[in-house]
Amino acid sequence: MKKLTLALAAFAIGATGMVGPAIAQQNEQFVPALVYRTGPYAPNGIPFADGVADYWTLINERDGGINGVKLVMEECETGYATDKGVECYERLKGKGPTGAAYFSPLSTGITFALTEKVPGDKIPLLTMGYGRSESRNGAVFPWNFVAVGSYWTAADVAIQHIAKELGGMDKLKDKKISLVYHDSPYGKEPIPALEARAAKNGFTFKAIPVTHPGVEQKSQWLAIRQDRPDYVLLWGWGVMNSTSIKEAAAVGYPRDKMIGVWWSGAEPDVTPAGDQSTGYKALMLQHGAGKFKVHEDLDKNVVSKGKSVAKDTYAQVLYNRGLINSMIGVEAIRTAQKKYGNKPLTGEQIRWGFENLNLTEARIKELGFEGMLQPMRFSCEDHQGADVARVQQWDGKAWKTISDYYKADLSILDPMVKEQSAKYATEKKITPRDCSKES
Amino acid sequence: MVALGQFLEVLLSGLLAGVLYSLVALGFVLIFKASGVFNFAQGAMVLLAGLALVRSLDLMVAKGLPFWAAVIIGLLFAAAIMAAMAFLVERFVLGPLANQDGLTLFMATIGVTFMIEGGAQMLFGSNVYPLRLYPDDAWFMFENIFEGGILLNKLDVWGGVIAGVLVAGLALFFQWTKTGRALRAVADDHTAAQSVGISLNWIWFVVWLVAGLVALVAATVWGTKLGVQFSITFLALKALPVLIIGGFTSVPGAIVGGLIAGAGEKLAEAYLGPIIGGGIEYWFAYVLALIVLLARPQGLFGERIIERI
Repeated sequence: MKKLTLALAAFAIGATGMVGPAIAQQNEQFVPALVYRTGPYAPNGIPFADGVADYWTLINERDGGINGVKLVMEECETGYATDKGVECYERLKGKGPTGAAYFSPLSTGITFALTEKVPGDKIPLLTMGYGRSESRNGAVFPWNFVAVGSYWTAADVAIQHIAKELGGMDKLKDKKISLVYHDSPYGKEPIPALEARAAKNGFTFKAIPVTHPGVEQKSQWLAIRQDRPDYVLLWGWGVMNSTSIKEAAAVGYPRDKMIGVWWSGAEPDVTPAGDQSTGYKALMLQHGAGKFKVHEDLDKNVVSKGKSVAKDTYAQVLYNRGLINSMIGVEAIRTAQKKYGNKPLTGEQIRWGFENLNLTEARIKELGFEGMLQPMRFSCEDHQGADVARVQQWDGKAWKTISDYYKADLSILDPMVKEQSAKYATEKKITPRDCSKES
Repeated sequence: MVALGQFLEVLLSGLLAGVLYSLVALGFVLIFKASGVFNFAQGAMVLLAGLALVRSLDLMVAKGLPFWAAVIIGLLFAAAIMAAMAFLVERFVLGPLANQDGLTLFMATIGVTFMIEGGAQMLFGSNVYPLRLYPDDAWFMFENIFEGGILLNKLDVWGGVIAGVLVAGLALFFQWTKTGRALRAVADDHTAAQSVGISLNWIWFVVWLVAGLVALVAATVWGTKLGVQFSITFLALKALPVLIIGGFTSVPGAIVGGLIAGAGEKLAEAYLGPIIGGGIEYWFAYVLALIVLLARPQGLFGERIIERI
């Protein structure tokens, strides 16, 4: 039924611009959505996809598109599988009068694969809070935008929060911190940042892999029971998260000593474990769950008109993340229109928009995202735009924000970004752009 | 003493986890015994049964029914769904493909898998649905001998008890009921069974129904462990090495195979994993299965097939 609703909504988005199809088509911006509404990761994929779709609908319904250019969306089901993700990309990249505006695959595996393809097709890759951490360096990765935060940001902030709980950075010395991670490119991403922190702050770091999909992790948690680390960081996705929480409860590991990454900190991650989740903490990709000003607009222009594809997911953590993802994409298109005109734009033109996007405090407020996001500014050198995150805790019924914003320590992360991106450039024979000459 | 305690803990948890794999493997064995078909859809059947149970149960609890009544009605509803599935599979897939070779039937069950997965999610949703039918906290045993004791998860113990009851029930069914004996006759020789008046269509319906009910039992345990969600379908892959080790035609073999696979993978993860990088339990059971295949291709309890050439 949800699929049917979505199809109707997608049709409605398109239909709003169907007076004089030929003219309308010329004034449409095609926005593809790689989603997973079925399969093992659907419980996490659905709310994100709902948020993405609802924000695009809002732009069409409330504003009549971006400066009059209607958005036309099409979803493609990836099932979180890299091969299907690439297949969807190939199918959708050329659609619409100017091709796909940008892609957001919501999968580090698909991101790794598409990173090789987007330079040839000249389409931006918006990987908000996931993907290659070193792709922050726009000089080497002109088409990747690891917006808002990378896994290295997350790892650094998690350690800062642990230090704060312990009473200072010096208290990290001789402590034991373990990482339980999804054995995939996604799960492995934070390891270099945590190793760097361990070397700097003197704690013992241990990485414990869990194989996909993560339904069986008893041996890992029995090892944790024996090893008794002071903190456990969780880098899971889908069923792995709730299984980790349940196994932690089974071995008596305190949930308030567990900190999940922002992909392990949504409602589907905690509700299956019931009361056992109480006290569990997770990073926030700045925002959390709940309604803000943008939701008032959604209620008025999308939900009340029956055009929302969200049902139970509305205003949940991942739904809100989907909204932010679309908002950043829309604002990048709007920024690009200032240079190239109010018309459908190519991926290459929109890439310029991403790179020159400046979301100030005033603009964030104007867009209705005040309280969800801090200001962020992208540039040729910086494709991340922000370095801050917060921590939330599940109280048994809802997520509660328990910290202020932490800023990742760039004195540790910047050299890593430079080193890894330079390594990538050498491997792929890429000549980095000279950002001082870019406008 | 700490090392011994840890070893026993890993071993026991592995044995009990293996029994949970056996719950899924039993469904494979039943269908293979009766029809020679390797039913790839068994994991999807666990998902369908679990979704039907949890969604109906949630609905009735929301309507104000007492939990125990909701559980009974939910189980009956899920059983009815599995009966409908068995009927449809027999009527539209296996029936028309009768007398085709094993590979064709196997491919057909792959198709059935995707249809069940898609249909189940379309009908009942694709979220995670918590199910609480058994306790899932832990016992700590021998605390006076081993520091911290030996941890035993109550849910795993429940799984072991349920598997035991299930195997006993199936043994009685096969041994003492008319339908059970007919099933064994079909398993031995389709044509001979038909010649004495046993309806192949009826038998296939019954065997898919029984496998569906076994899937429902597995869903109650795995649903409590993970929440009812799509990932349950991956259990089919956990059951495969169990079947290879125990033999495709033996009910006790499914249990013993589960014990070996479960204990083997957990011990490997705990003791071999740290040396070679970890994350090995998912494939280690297949290493054990391969060793058994090389030494005894029919599995530890499988029937040795001797054919004249």
